[in-house]
Amino acid sequence: MPKALLELEDVTARYGPVTALHGVSLTVAEGEAVAVLGANGAGKTTTLRAISGAVKRGGRLAFEGKSIARSSPEAVARAGIAHVPEGRGTLTELTVRENLRLGAYTRRDRAAIKEDEERVLGYFPPLRERRDQRAGTLSGGEQQMLALARALLLRPRLLLLDEPSLGLAPLVVAEIFRIVGELNDEGLAVLVVEQNAALALEASSRAYVLEVGKVAVEGESAVLRRDESVRRSYLGY
Amino acid sequence: MLFAFDWTQLAQQVVIGLASGGVWATLAVALVLIYRSTGVVNFAQGEMAMFSTFIAWSLVHHGLSYWAAFFLTVAISFVGGVGIERVVIKPVERAPVLTVVIVTLGLFFLVNGAARWIWSPEVRSLPNAFSTRPIDVAGVAFSIQDLGTIAVSLGAVVLLWLFFRFTKLGLASRAAAVNPEATRLVGVRVSWMLALGWGLAAAMGAVSGMLTAPALASFDQNLMQPVLLYAFAGAVLGGLDSPLGAVVGSLLLGVLINLIGTYVNWIGTDLRLPVALAVILGVLLVRPAGLFGREAVTRV
Repeated sequence: MPKALLELEDVTARYGPVTALHGVSLTVAEGEAVAVLGANGAGKTTTLRAISGAVKRGGRLAFEGKSIARSSPEAVARAGIAHVPEGRGTLTELTVRENLRLGAYTRRDRAAIKEDEERVLGYFPPLRERRDQRAGTLSGGEQQMLALARALLLRPRLLLLDEPSLGLAPLVVAEIFRIVGELNDEGLAVLVVEQNAALALEASSRAYVLEVGKVAVEGESAVLRRDESVRRSYLGY
Repeated sequence: MLFAFDWTQLAQQVVIGLASGGVWATLAVALVLIYRSTGVVNFAQGEMAMFSTFIAWSLVHHGLSYWAAFFLTVAISFVGGVGIERVVIKPVERAPVLTVVIVTLGLFFLVNGAARWIWSPEVRSLPNAFSTRPIDVAGVAFSIQDLGTIAVSLGAVVLLWLFFRFTKLGLASRAAAVNPEATRLVGVRVSWMLALGWGLAAAMGAVSGMLTAPALASFDQNLMQPVLLYAFAGAVLGGLDSPLGAVVGSLLLGVLINLIGTYVNWIGTDLRLPVALAVILGVLLVRPAGLFGREAVTRV
């Protein structure tokens, strides 16, 4: 089994007085695609937010063997984790180009940034045509592409994706998952949170199912997909 | 022609108005900078600018030339602005807007009091930054002082614009102002971007203070209070969230108030402040977003 890239052990998280995670443990190996599933309010988004430090958290969190349990979101990003948040987090007032430049904010290697920008725009041709448009004028699908593109410019080792399919047409969703799959094939580890369990199980090799802030089931995606009882009790399809 | 209209006078008055408006614009831009990133109007902005002006006065008093003192003061003010953010604003970064407003009000009295404590009440003046001679442009005499004031204030604003538009740091601070959460996720130290904003705002304020003082025969610790009000009116007119709006709004207001003062006899120079207040009220009633501001759109 490949080395663990990300390790969460007994991670808790709270919003003010409300505890949202009651001890979640999960791992993502290098180059692996892992899905986090569960109903609304199960703690999927919070799990990602706990990893990137956007919420108060406790427990053990390690990335590449180093603890990130006390790291700020900016430090986690600098360590090599790119988080595409729910609602995409594109900066709508800035142009597409500016959003991309911002993605490479932590990097100093200008030539390589230019190269990466070209490569990323190759993945998402619609963005190339709209480079000088404000991001707010893009369609939902294009904004999701921009959010992904921006995350890639960080040159992450791990990509956190929060509900990439939310509010998008099926064709666009398929396209986005195709590209994520391609990136994963090239060796990028992905941790994806999804409402659409069928889709996420298709795109991942392992999955965790959360229920009220805890891991209820975990296993190979292919196995979970066939498991009637898991499907009915947790995934609702 | 029905009556003899003095075009020369009109041109002169417009330039004088642009000079006042330019000074207000630098302070207005400072207000907008902080409003965009923290969502509050910094009521202490004028007092901070006054404090900077007193620093400049001290430097001149110790033998520096006006321009040496000018640039040194801008640098000191930048550092001071960053310091104020770190010490006073950072602890309330996540607090409700009202808390931050109260803190800036407290800062108003703190800075004012500190200036009174450090600099005794006496008659002070700053030397003229520019020649007081008039200059002839196309047959009309303008004061070099006014033209210079316009040039310096607009120059400061343009420099600031270049910084925000063309540098990586500028891009990061714009991003941090509109969406701190998402900006953090790309590795930008958002909290420091706020401090940077306060530093730049303090530096812009210093410019406005140091352009205001030399035009007066003497000044005291209340130097910037009317200027803050005009700057606020200019920023509201242009749109509180738009730096360009703040500049255009302030220049328009400067010209407007000066022309009203010149041509509407019963207003003269005494009723200038009420005109500014009327502008604030009018804009807030008719077009709250101002000329260039955008109405906040919330997506559900």
